[in-house]
Amino acid sequence: MGQLLQFDGASMDDSKTTAPAADKTPVIELRNVSKTFGEVRSLSGIDFKVYPGEIVGLLGDNGAGKSTLVKTVMGYHRPDAGGEIFFKGKPIRDWSVNRARSLGIETVYQERALAEKQPIWRNMFMGREPRTKWGLLDVKRMKSESARLMTEHMGFTSAAVHPDNTVMTMSGGEKQGVAITRALYFDAELVILDEPTMGLSLTETKKTLDFVGNIKKAGKSAIFIDHNIFHVYPVVDRLYVLDRGKVAGVYTKSQITMEDLIDRLYRVARTGSLEEAKPA
Amino acid sequence: MKRLLKIYLDKPELAGIVLLIILIAVFQVTSRGFLLSYDNLRGVLGLLPEMGMVAMGVTILMIAGEFDISVGSVFALAPMVMAITNNMGVPFVPAVLLGLLAAAGIGATNGMITLRFGIPSFITTLGMLFIARSITVVISGGFPPLLSADIPGWIFTQYIGLIRMSMFWFAGLAVILAITLSLMNLGNWIKATGGQIDAANAMGIPTSRVKMFCFVLCSMLAGFAGIVQVLRLGSPLPSLGEGLELQAVAAAVIGGTSLFGGIGTVVGAIVGALLIRVIDNGLVLSRVDANWFKFAIGSLLILAVIGNTWLRRQSRRIKLET
Ligand SMILES: Nc1ncnc2c1ncn2[C@@H]1O[C@H](COP(=O)(O)OP(=O)(O)OP(=O)(O)O)[C@@H](O)[C@H]1O
Ligand SMILES: [Mg+2]
Repeated sequence: MGQLLQFDGASMDDSKTTAPAADKTPVIELRNVSKTFGEVRSLSGIDFKVYPGEIVGLLGDNGAGKSTLVKTVMGYHRPDAGGEIFFKGKPIRDWSVNRARSLGIETVYQERALAEKQPIWRNMFMGREPRTKWGLLDVKRMKSESARLMTEHMGFTSAAVHPDNTVMTMSGGEKQGVAITRALYFDAELVILDEPTMGLSLTETKKTLDFVGNIKKAGKSAIFIDHNIFHVYPVVDRLYVLDRGKVAGVYTKSQITMEDLIDRLYRVARTGSLEEAKPA
Repeated sequence: MKRLLKIYLDKPELAGIVLLIILIAVFQVTSRGFLLSYDNLRGVLGLLPEMGMVAMGVTILMIAGEFDISVGSVFALAPMVMAITNNMGVPFVPAVLLGLLAAAGIGATNGMITLRFGIPSFITTLGMLFIARSITVVISGGFPPLLSADIPGWIFTQYIGLIRMSMFWFAGLAVILAITLSLMNLGNWIKATGGQIDAANAMGIPTSRVKMFCFVLCSMLAGFAGIVQVLRLGSPLPSLGEGLELQAVAAAVIGGTSLFGGIGTVVGAIVGALLIRVIDNGLVLSRVDANWFKFAIGSLLILAVIGNTWLRRQSRRIKLET
């Protein structure tokens, strides 16, 4: 997979219609998706696409709606009426976590999605446990596969990866490793990473970022959320900036430098708009 | 070695078994050898299934992160329904099934109310404790109906040597439930649902249905246990099973079930129930004032929770390496 996607054609301030590799169908597409929780409107009229083999970054302030957006993509939230979700070009109505997972959408959460009191081997296959021909859990396989995946994919040292260890006893980075390994194992088409580096040390952050790179090498797509633009910029192909539930801008990496992007983010924070502030 | 130690620390029911052995030894002495005599064992083991089944149901529900303290009332309601319908002419087996259906209905109601309104199941089932008891008394018409003489109650009550038939039912259910909990994906889901419901939801586990299943299972086990007891006694007293809910929760907790969900075993429930039965019996045989029974159970309960918490903390310090 040496050939990276070439993005061209879209102009920098044409924020809604950036269409890289326009000949390809997006893996996932949201059209006019809104999400309201009672009084709070977390998303309003979002148009969002992820193309095959593409890493899409999501930037935005606390509460901008990044987590809500990805939770909608992975079936945890249902969009309000009027919003549509397309998977590989097909509209999908009965969108749910199970549906999303069966189509190959896996998540590594901001709040770590592991059952803390259970051992690693029970977590690794949660919701899709392999079974023997008797219908019982294939415990032997669950344990050996867990150990293998953890060492092979995450480069874990032996201490942390014994499949019988309870998740609660692991460090934050190790837990994230289990979640990432799990996503990888299930052969995801689209991996969603919501602040996977939160609270991780420098070396563990590096590992996580390498993993994001691996997703691309494997020809899969990812959505990557992180507050640290120095983490996001190097690994993504395209960036969405969210502001108070709306898409404030879409950028192809080849069209914007990191400095320019930082400038614009400051501007959003100050004025609520990505463009030059108009004289008052 | 480290591995063995960790396995031991991770299984609070093993601590319960050790305690059980110690208590049996002590009572064996204080009862001057009567505790383990054939006749006494027969009595103790004959009663164990009734409480053991309730404790298993409560344990599994607690692992799923919910409580049921209405089990004592369901324990009375199910056999009452069975007896009344049987007296109205419904044959024995359908009457038993009707009793179980009533229990399932109570469990489903507990689950539905708890999940639909998002209230603590402790409250839902506390309400149900009163409601189901009241229904039992009302439908009994104030005096207990007699069971007709020709029903085949022996399938639960007949002794085969040392063991009553009810023990086979109990053992069979225990094996099925233990396998479900540790070797089926449903068991994995129950533990995840009770331990970390957000994580379970995120992985696509149908947590509401899992909880619903556990509510219904818990109620049906309590109802079945009540039916077994009534067939043993010959008549469904409306006051049957009063206080049983607390003993069942105590058995679950003594057997290592966490009050916060996610942790517990069927074996633990059985060990807990057995401990309570042995203490009850042992105190009587040792001619201790019977009023000390609740004192003993209470102390054991508190000590068990302190002990289990400590064990778990120790276990967490030990990490296995490959
Ligand atoms: N389940 C919910 N119920 C009610 N409000 C919610 C819910 N989930 C999110 N919100 C609200 O929606 C808004 C967007 O939240 P979201 O978690 O998507 O932000 P975010 O961009 O991920 O922020 P952060 O960078 O802090 O993680 C916030 O105002 C939040 O309070
Ligand atoms: Mg977030």
